[in-house]
Amino acid sequence: MSGKPILHYFDGRGRMEPIRWLLAAAGVEFEEKFMKTREDLQKLRNDGDLMFQQVPMVEIDGMKLVQTGAILSYIASKYNLYGKDMKERALIDMYTEGIADLNEIVLIYPFLPSEKKEASLSNIKDKARNRYFPAFEKVLKSHGQDYLVGNKLSKADVYLVVILYHVEELDSGIMANFPLLKALRTRVSNLPTVKKFLEPGGKRKPFEDEKCVKIVKNIFQLN
Amino acid sequence: MAGKPVLHYFNGRGRMECIRWLLAAAGVEFEEKFVETPEDMEKLIKDGSLMYQQVPMVEIDGMKLVQTRAILNYIATKYNLYGKDMKERALIDMYAEGIFDLSEMVMSLVLCPPDQREANIALVKNKIKNRYLPAFEKVLKSHGQDYFVGNRLTRVDIHLLELLLYIEELDASLLASFPLLKALKTRISNLPNVKKFLQPGSQRKPPPDVEKIAEARKLFNFS
Repeated sequence: MSGKPILHYFDGRGRMEPIRWLLAAAGVEFEEKFMKTREDLQKLRNDGDLMFQQVPMVEIDGMKLVQTGAILSYIASKYNLYGKDMKERALIDMYTEGIADLNEIVLIYPFLPSEKKEASLSNIKDKARNRYFPAFEKVLKSHGQDYLVGNKLSKADVYLVVILYHVEELDSGIMANFPLLKALRTRVSNLPTVKKFLEPGGKRKPFEDEKCVKIVKNIFQLN
Repeated sequence: MAGKPVLHYFNGRGRMECIRWLLAAAGVEFEEKFVETPEDMEKLIKDGSLMYQQVPMVEIDGMKLVQTRAILNYIATKYNLYGKDMKERALIDMYAEGIFDLSEMVMSLVLCPPDQREANIALVKNKIKNRYLPAFEKVLKSHGQDYFVGNRLTRVDIHLLELLLYIEELDASLLASFPLLKALKTRISNLPNVKKFLQPGSQRKPPPDVEKIAEARKLFNFS
């Protein structure tokens, strides 16, 4: 349908998941075109749709945007999830980038060979428990407001909530130590459009299982 | 001195160099405090100056900003190097992210073990020649303008010049088949603020010394 953003990716979380969440939080309906084979990727490349031959790619407002950060920033700007001024944007960016650093090790985890998984899991737990989650809990504690920046929902809150769920899947007890993060997560999850996104049949993607990993490795020719 | 941004980092390029470039291009004088020992780092951490216990950190306008992209975004916005609207920003972000991806690959060549270096260099050169430079040359060709976005100087021109100089350091022949990029390189290099930064005695940092980097990594206990 014309007008709706179209997301090009595989049927899994990967680097596209924060984008799905942000669109959901903004109340924006979107379509998805899933790559299933290497040929699907080649076609996008041959059609000149991928500036750096990579996905995620999102068709939105006449553009074919690639690069996760660029896509998230555009959506955030368009739907007023990027603060009210330059200084709020700086805080939002600082928080978002920290979350993105943690997400780098989280998103790759399902695709690691089994002998590398233990060390990676240890690293994820350590960084989440000792570096990132405390930093964000501290921000919420410092102002006592409902959201990280400017008392209003921003892309930093949404991205943080994604990570809170994904890390908890790997470290089930972690949220007990971060009451304010837990409250933020509940608050954001209860926003009407997010609630719908999270329900069965909604567009949130599950943890990548073996079947998904196999498809992805085939598409990108990973070992 | 009050007013000038203060940059906290090692005395080397690393993740701070693109920030130095952007400030210089914007004509903004800045101070640097170099982290030279683990004790220097400990002090910054103890003072609560580093949100994620990491540098770069830039003191600017009353904030202690960390995360390279957050810092760059703030400087670009403040000094009107971020395009005129949301759509130009989207393009700028997309191009900048591609530049950073490639810069990361080039930077990490210095870190890879000697037995892997040749293979990695070949891989990176391949990406430079076949993925990234063609993509950027294509943009310049598509509009025929003197600057990358919006027919005026933006951060992309600066980031790109920096990258092209690193590519030249790696292998000057890589630029041979990209006339528009070469022309942009010359043009941007001749802008007064950039010209000044390129001269000896400026705050621009020299190419990394492989041995010095290995020592520093040991000293600071980087994984």
